[in-house]
Amino acid sequence: MTDRVRMLREQSLAAIPVLAHERALLVTEAAMNTGDIPAPLRRAGVFRYLMERETVVINDGELIVGERGPAPKATSTYPELCCHTLDDLEILDTRQKIAFRVSPETKDAYRERVIPFWKGKTMRERIFSVMDGQWKDAYAAGVFTEFMEQRAPGHTVLDGKLYAKGLLGLRSDAASALESLGRSQDPLAGAKRDELEAMMICADAVITLAGRYAEAAEEKAGSEPDPLRKTELLEIARICRRVPARPPESFRDALQAYWFVHLGVITELNPWDAFNPGRLDQHLAPFYERGIADGTLTREGAKELLECFWVKFNNQPAPPKVGVTAEESSTYTDFANINSGGLTVQGEDGVNDVTYLVLEVIDEMRLVQPSSNIQLSRKNPDAFLRAAAGVIRKGWGQPSVFNADAVVEEMVRVGKTVEDARQGGTSGCVETGAFGKEAYILTGYFNLPKIVELTLNGGRDPRTGMQLGPATGDAAAFHTFEEFMHAFRAQVHHFVDVKIRGSNVIERLYAEYLPVPFLSLLIDDCIAKGVDYNAGGARYNTSYIQGVGIGTVTDSLSAIRHHVFEEGGLPMAGLLGVLAADFQGYEKTRLLLKNRTPRYGNDDDGADAIMQSVFEIYFKAIDGRPNTRGGTYRINLLPTTCHIYFGAVTGATPDGRNAGTPVSEGISPVQGADRQGPTAVLMSASKMDHVRTGGTLLNQKFTPKLLEGEKGIDCLAALIRSYFRMGGHHIQFNVVDAATLRDAQVHPGEHRDLIVRVAGYSDYFCDLGRSLQDEIIARTEHTSL
Amino acid sequence: MDDGTIPAQERESKGTVFNIMRFSVHDGPGIRTTVFLKGCPLQCAWCHNPEALPGAPVLVYRPDRCLACGDCVDACPQHAIRESEGKFEALPELCARCGTCAEACAAEARELIGRPMTVGDVMREVERDSPFYRESGGGVTFSGGEPLLQHRFLVELLRACAGSGFHTVVDTSGYASPDVLYRVAGLTDLFLYDLKSVNEEIHRRFTGVSGALIRGNLERLASWGKKVVIRMPIVPGINDSPENIETAGRFIAALGNVVRIELIPYHTIGIDKYERLGIPYSLAGVQTPSCDSMNRIADDLLRFHPVVSIGG
Repeated sequence: MTDRVRMLREQSLAAIPVLAHERALLVTEAAMNTGDIPAPLRRAGVFRYLMERETVVINDGELIVGERGPAPKATSTYPELCCHTLDDLEILDTRQKIAFRVSPETKDAYRERVIPFWKGKTMRERIFSVMDGQWKDAYAAGVFTEFMEQRAPGHTVLDGKLYAKGLLGLRSDAASALESLGRSQDPLAGAKRDELEAMMICADAVITLAGRYAEAAEEKAGSEPDPLRKTELLEIARICRRVPARPPESFRDALQAYWFVHLGVITELNPWDAFNPGRLDQHLAPFYERGIADGTLTREGAKELLECFWVKFNNQPAPPKVGVTAEESSTYTDFANINSGGLTVQGEDGVNDVTYLVLEVIDEMRLVQPSSNIQLSRKNPDAFLRAAAGVIRKGWGQPSVFNADAVVEEMVRVGKTVEDARQGGTSGCVETGAFGKEAYILTGYFNLPKIVELTLNGGRDPRTGMQLGPATGDAAAFHTFEEFMHAFRAQVHHFVDVKIRGSNVIERLYAEYLPVPFLSLLIDDCIAKGVDYNAGGARYNTSYIQGVGIGTVTDSLSAIRHHVFEEGGLPMAGLLGVLAADFQGYEKTRLLLKNRTPRYGNDDDGADAIMQSVFEIYFKAIDGRPNTRGGTYRINLLPTTCHIYFGAVTGATPDGRNAGTPVSEGISPVQGADRQGPTAVLMSASKMDHVRTGGTLLNQKFTPKLLEGEKGIDCLAALIRSYFRMGGHHIQFNVVDAATLRDAQVHPGEHRDLIVRVAGYSDYFCDLGRSLQDEIIARTEHTSL
Repeated sequence: MDDGTIPAQERESKGTVFNIMRFSVHDGPGIRTTVFLKGCPLQCAWCHNPEALPGAPVLVYRPDRCLACGDCVDACPQHAIRESEGKFEALPELCARCGTCAEACAAEARELIGRPMTVGDVMREVERDSPFYRESGGGVTFSGGEPLLQHRFLVELLRACAGSGFHTVVDTSGYASPDVLYRVAGLTDLFLYDLKSVNEEIHRRFTGVSGALIRGNLERLASWGKKVVIRMPIVPGINDSPENIETAGRFIAALGNVVRIELIPYHTIGIDKYERLGIPYSLAGVQTPSCDSMNRIADDLLRFHPVVSIGG
C-alpha cells in the first residue's frame, strides 16, 4: 500500500458519518421552481439542478475524484422519497448504532425549508396512504417488510457499455431513438419523447458535473505549491474533461468514468444497493493490458488507482434509514458488490490479471465498502480459488463466493439469454441479475417463522390478538401433519397475495411519480423502448420477495411432526400452551424440542425433506407471478439484518426458540443446531433447489486454527468446490474465534477494526446491535480437535 | 493369512463405535470422516479419549446440564439410578449401559458413549461425505481407541471402503499381533502410527505395555512397503528428553517407509473427561510444551528425516 492510499484509507475510516442537508435543500428549491411538467422531465430538471450546484470536493492526495456529499461520509437525504421529521433527525443523531451526526444548521434547514415543503408530498406518505388494511396490519405485525418505503428501486449493476460509448454515445442513442419516434405511429410516443429527452438532459448534467470537477482541479492546481500534486491535479482536470462524456482511453479514465456515473445514480435517488461496476476485472482488462503493453501503466500503479477507487465507495455510507427499514438493514454498508472471475460472454474462463490485482486490493484495503465476491465457475483455475481462499481465511468475510455456473443457470431458467446471463452475476448481498439489462428489485423480506406462529394460532397473531390471516382452523384439532402443512400453505399464500398486491401498487407509484431517467440511460433496453427503468424499461424486470428463517421454520415443522404427530408425546394443545408461556416453567419441554428433533443442517434426510417442502410452498406461492413492469416475481432467501427484527416480532417457536430472539439467517441452519460439522451443513443446504431462486445465502463460521497452512487452503477450496458441484449458489465465511467476539463485546475500544460477515456483507462488529452480535457468536463455530 | 473371504456371518457382525467425525482434516490427506472404534489395550497416561479405553459402552453424566427432572430414574430398566444431592448417578454394579436413560434425557445430561454398529451402518454414515473426499483427495480414517483391537470389524470396513473407492487411513498404536496387522495392511493406504517412546522402560511405565511389539510391527510395515506417518506425542518430562528424541530419530531413519514425522504436543483438552468419567488423572500439572521446545525437537528430528511437522 502506498503512503497516498494509506492516508486516504485512514481519512475515510476516521470520517464520522454526518447527515448533509445540501441535497435536500437543492431538491426542495428545484421542486419549488418547477412547474407542472411530465414526471421524467421534472425529475431530469431536478437532477440537472443538483449536478450544476452540488459542492465539488477534491480531497488531498486522491487520484479518483467525486463525492456525493460536501465531504467524505457527509450523506445526502432524499426528502422527495422520505422526508425525515425533526424527531427522526434527533434519533439519527443520538442512536447508539449507525448514527449520523446532525448539525444545528441541518436541523434549521429541515425545520424551515425542507419539512414544510415536502410534508404530505413524499413517496413514503403516498405509499402508506394507499396500502389496504390487510397490508398495513401484516406490515405492522412484522409478517413482511417493504423495501420501497424510504429507498428507491435500484438493485442494478452496470455492464460494459459505458467503457465503449461514454455518456455522449448513450446520449446519441437516445437522440436516435427520439428521432425514429417522430416517424412512428406509436400511441405512447408522447410519453416516450419525454422520457428520452429526460435521459439526454441527465447525460448532459453528469458531463456538466465532471466539467465542474475539471475546473475545480485546475483552480486547485493554480495554488498548489507541491509541483508533483500540481501535475496530478492537472491530470485529474484533463481526465474529467474527457470522461464520462467520451469512452475512456486509459485504466484510470475507466475508473473515473465509472465513478461519475456511480455518483449520478446515487444522487438521482437513493436506490437500494447503491450502484455497482459489476464485472470490474473484465471491464478493466483491456485498459490494463494496453497500459502495460505501451508502458503507460505499471501493475503497482494500477493497484494504487484501484485502491483510490475503493476509498471512494467507503466514503459513501448508505443513506440514513429509520423505522422498520433501519431494523431490516442496520448498517452503513450500501451493498455495492464487485464481482471478480466467472465467465466471459463467450462462456470461457473470465479470470485475468486484473482479477488477481482486485483480490490483492480487497486484502490490503480491508474496507466494508465496497463489498466483493468471486464468481467461481468450474472453468476457473484452482489458482484463482486458492488466491481468494487466502484472503477469505483472514476472517473478515470478503470476498464471498458464488457459483457462477449456477448463477447462469438461474438466469437461463427464467428466460434470459445465455450471453446476458454470463455477463451478469450477483449484487447487493446474493441477488442474481443480468448486469446492465435488468431491474431486479427486492420488494421486502417475508417472515416465514411468523407464518408458523400464525398457523399454530388459526391465523391469529398471539402478540396482538388480531386475526391477521385466514382462519385455517384450530391446530389442536388437526389429526395429521399434512393437515398442518395444508394450513401453513394457505397462510403463506394469503400473505404473499397481500404483499404482491401492495408491491404492484408501489411499483406503479414509482413509475408515475419518481422515474429515474439517468439510471434509465444506463440500463438496456430503456432507450430502445423509451420507457423508464422504474416503469419496465429494462430488458428483464424481476421482483424478488426475500424469504427469511427457513432453518427456524424447518426445525419448527420437524418438531411438530416428530413430537406431536409421530411420537405423540406432546399433544398440540400442550405445545400451544408451552409456546404461549414462552417455555417459562417448561424448560424440559424446550430442551426436548431443541435436542430431540431431527434438525436442518445435519444431513438428516427427514429434516431436510421438510426444508424442501417449505421451499416448494414458498416457491409456488411466488414464482412466475406477473409484476406491473412486464416481468415476474421470484424468490430468494437472504436476511441482511432482518432475522433480528423478525425474531423480535415472533413468539416462541416449536424448535425451542424463545420469543423475541433472532430467527435463522439466510439458508443457514438455526444457530447451534448443526452438530455434524460443515460438510453436513453443505449436504443439507445442497438439497435445496438453488437454481429456482434468485439467490440464497449460506454462512459458515470457522475457527482460524482450522484453516491454517496449505491444508487449510486446500480444505476451504474443496468445501467450496464440492458445495458448488452439488448446486449451491453462495457461501461466505467468518473465520474468527467466539472468544475474540466476546472480548470485543466487553472491550469494544480494542476491537474497533474487527470486521465480521453478517449476511451478504461485512460490517464492523462494534457497529452491530447487541442482539446481532450475540446471534453471530451463537452461529455454530466449526472447530478442529 | 487372509484368504480374502469373510464368513457370511461376519459381514453383518457388529463393532463398537464411539464416534464418527465428519470433516476431519488432521487425520490424513484431504477432507475425511474418522471412525473411532472403541477399546484400547494401552493405558497411556496422557490419553485424551479415556472414554474410548474400555471396549464396552460407557455412560457419561454431566451434572451441569441436568434439570433434575428424574426422567432417567423412571426410564432405567435396571433401577440403577439414584438421586443424591440433586445428582443422578447410576450405580455401576446395576447399570447395564443400555442407554435407555440417555434416550430419555431431553437435556442431554446423559450420554452413552459407544454404540454397536454394523458395517452397513458405518458405511452409510461414511458414504455421506463422498463428494468431499473426491474433491479434496480425502477419505476415511479409522482411529480409536485402538482400531486393531476390533480387527475383524476393521477388516470388513476397510474392504467396504475399498469397494467404494475410498482412500483409507488407519491410526494405530501398532499394538496388535503381526497376523492382524498383515490382514489390515493389505487394505490400508496409509498408516498413522504412534511412536510414544523407543525407550522400553518409559514405554512400559506410561502406556502399561511393552514397546517391543510396536517397534517390530513398524519394521514389518516398512518391510511390506506400506506408507507410514509417524506420530509422536510430546509429553514434557516423559518422552521429550534429547536422548529419547535421538533414539526415536535413529529408529525412524532406519525404516525407509516413513512419509513424515508429525509431532503432537501434549494438551490438556481431555482432562475434564476424566472428571466426568470419575477416573483419576495422573499427569495433573504437566504443561503443554512451548512452541520453542516443539521447534527444537522438530529440528533435532530433521537430522533423521526430511519432513517433520508440528500438529495437534
